[in-house]
Amino acid sequence: MSSSPFEGLQESQDGGVLSHIGGLIRRRPETITFMLLVMICVGVALINPAFLQASSLIDIGRASVVTGLFALGVFVILAAGGIDVSFTAIAAFTMYSMTLLVSKHLPGLPMVVIILTSVVGGAALGVINGLLVHNLKVPSLIVTIGTQYLFRGILLSFIGTVWIMSLPPQMGAFGRLPLLQFESANGATITLPMYFLVLPIAAIATWFIINRTLMGRAIFAVGGNANVAARLGYSLRTVHIFLFAYAGALAGLAGIIHVCANRQANPFDLVGTEINVIAAVVLGGARITGGTGTVSGTILGVLLVVVVNSVLVMIGIPSTWQRLVVGSFILLAAAFFVTRERMK
Amino acid sequence: MRKTGGQLIVLVAINCLVLLVGAAISGGSFLSIFNLQSMASQVPEIGLLAIGVMLAMCAGNGGMDLSGIALANLSGVLSAVLVTSVVSGTEHPAAFTFAYIAVAIAIGFLGGLMNGLLIARLNITPILCTLGTQMAFTGLAVVVSDGKAVSVGSPEPLSSIGNGLLFQIPIGFLIFAAAAVLMAGLLKYTPYGFWLMLTGTNPKAALYAGFPKSRVIITTYALSGTLSGLAGVVIAARNVNVKWDYGSSYLLIAILVAVMAGVRPEGGYGRVICVVLAAVALQLLSSVLNFGGLSNFVRDFAWGALLLTFLAVGRYDLVGILFPGNRQRAALMRTPHASKRES
Repeated sequence: MSSSPFEGLQESQDGGVLSHIGGLIRRRPETITFMLLVMICVGVALINPAFLQASSLIDIGRASVVTGLFALGVFVILAAGGIDVSFTAIAAFTMYSMTLLVSKHLPGLPMVVIILTSVVGGAALGVINGLLVHNLKVPSLIVTIGTQYLFRGILLSFIGTVWIMSLPPQMGAFGRLPLLQFESANGATITLPMYFLVLPIAAIATWFIINRTLMGRAIFAVGGNANVAARLGYSLRTVHIFLFAYAGALAGLAGIIHVCANRQANPFDLVGTEINVIAAVVLGGARITGGTGTVSGTILGVLLVVVVNSVLVMIGIPSTWQRLVVGSFILLAAAFFVTRERMK
Repeated sequence: MRKTGGQLIVLVAINCLVLLVGAAISGGSFLSIFNLQSMASQVPEIGLLAIGVMLAMCAGNGGMDLSGIALANLSGVLSAVLVTSVVSGTEHPAAFTFAYIAVAIAIGFLGGLMNGLLIARLNITPILCTLGTQMAFTGLAVVVSDGKAVSVGSPEPLSSIGNGLLFQIPIGFLIFAAAAVLMAGLLKYTPYGFWLMLTGTNPKAALYAGFPKSRVIITTYALSGTLSGLAGVVIAARNVNVKWDYGSSYLLIAILVAVMAGVRPEGGYGRVICVVLAAVALQLLSSVLNFGGLSNFVRDFAWGALLLTFLAVGRYDLVGILFPGNRQRAALMRTPHASKRES
């Protein structure tokens, strides 16, 4: 076996190419996600070249913003060994209350303040999650199923159930603000909106927290073994509250962007999509029992799920197959990662 | 803990209290035989799913079955598609019914078996595994039914399972009660029941004691799946059509029932009778909210609040404060059982 230049970086020099790839996958499980994504993209492009048009790529980019923001929040919680299913309810709650507040009472509120308030509101709801998870000492899945219904119930029974079709002008303008704009071959204008930038910014912020701060260390330590982390002096309470507040803040942000992008606020939206998001994070290589995962893997997982959701129709598979395909992907990925783990 | 626990007394008290409140709000019509029958006929679907969730939770080590309602819908839909293509429900209603029930329960069993095999043999975390199978089951149901509702019709014996009465009690409720008694007996009198609870209490000790760990886990999820299949039959019997997205909130409610029943989320403890009582209490509560003229959304809110309240009750041992002694005795009782098995 000849050695390619990058093989010098790896620990095992004597194995074949396969074992090198194996080692790479073991340390960076998202490589598999990346390879899967590339394979799907190449396959789809061969079957239907229309996939490579700028318009469909931009559609995928647009569709991944909200899922991506959710996924970053879920990833941080997953890394610490928890799980959250209430983030969609938090997003629906903040986006609808905020839109209602702005259109009814504060029509002149600048967009920056709207976004900041949503982020803070989402974080506040997240803190409730964090306190409950920490104090009740039960699996966070059960707690967040409870808060999901709680938040959604409060929204629908006490705040409102009416669709808001005409947004306050500043929110509509934010949703239309272009980052890139050009005309496609058939004369239609294609726009990559400004809000797309929020996803990379949030991803970099999350990467920074995870890899460059003490909180990131604490998150992985708690995810690895909460008892040991507590004995090492990490405050579980602080970590739990931070995690859920951070996920809540991202959910609030995702909610307000969802409203601006769709140009309407529907209080029934979003809830029900959480499984897709968790699927994306798991496909990105984060273990559901905590302690592992990367931001880049999460983003790849999001892209994979968004691409699968949007290309099935393009290659002639009915959209009814979407759930079955994503579900099988989760099981395959889980089985694959577990088997790799055991071989080590 | 095999003695009548405080949780049981609390649940009975809640049931009585809700009945009284309902009677007071409605001026007596809440306790009419018709209303009681209609409430009883709504319990089985949730109750069966909740027993499944309880079994998975008892297995410990993050045990959880999120695929319950998805599997119930898949059993109902797939069985309807398969059986109607062979037997006509209008021409041979009896044959249709038996074939439908057998196929639906078999699908439930196979789905559960798949969960169990994935969890026990491949070591996939239960939450992740059942999340994946939940999507896969729902997806399969969508694919075979093309996303539309599938008509089962109302062939005679099947329709009376959903809507008929025996001694003034809905037949569906009797089936649920029979299934509950069977499960309770299984947990109490068979080695499987012992193994399940002790594996949940301390997986490592169970391993060293030589329990057939993967067989216990596979049996647990297969049982849970079979109960889902049965729930699918009840759903089909109560409704003329079956559809893949039926009962989207049942997942939460089944977990809520299990938590209300005092099943420990970490595993090792749960009683079927408490699950039955919790399911009944929840149904009564839901009817009271209906009688009070509150919207479905208030009910969602109430369920969420209730779940968190019961988690708090379990956490701070409020039942133990009300009935001191029970918990202590239970803790003492657990050790002798474990050692008896080992010797």
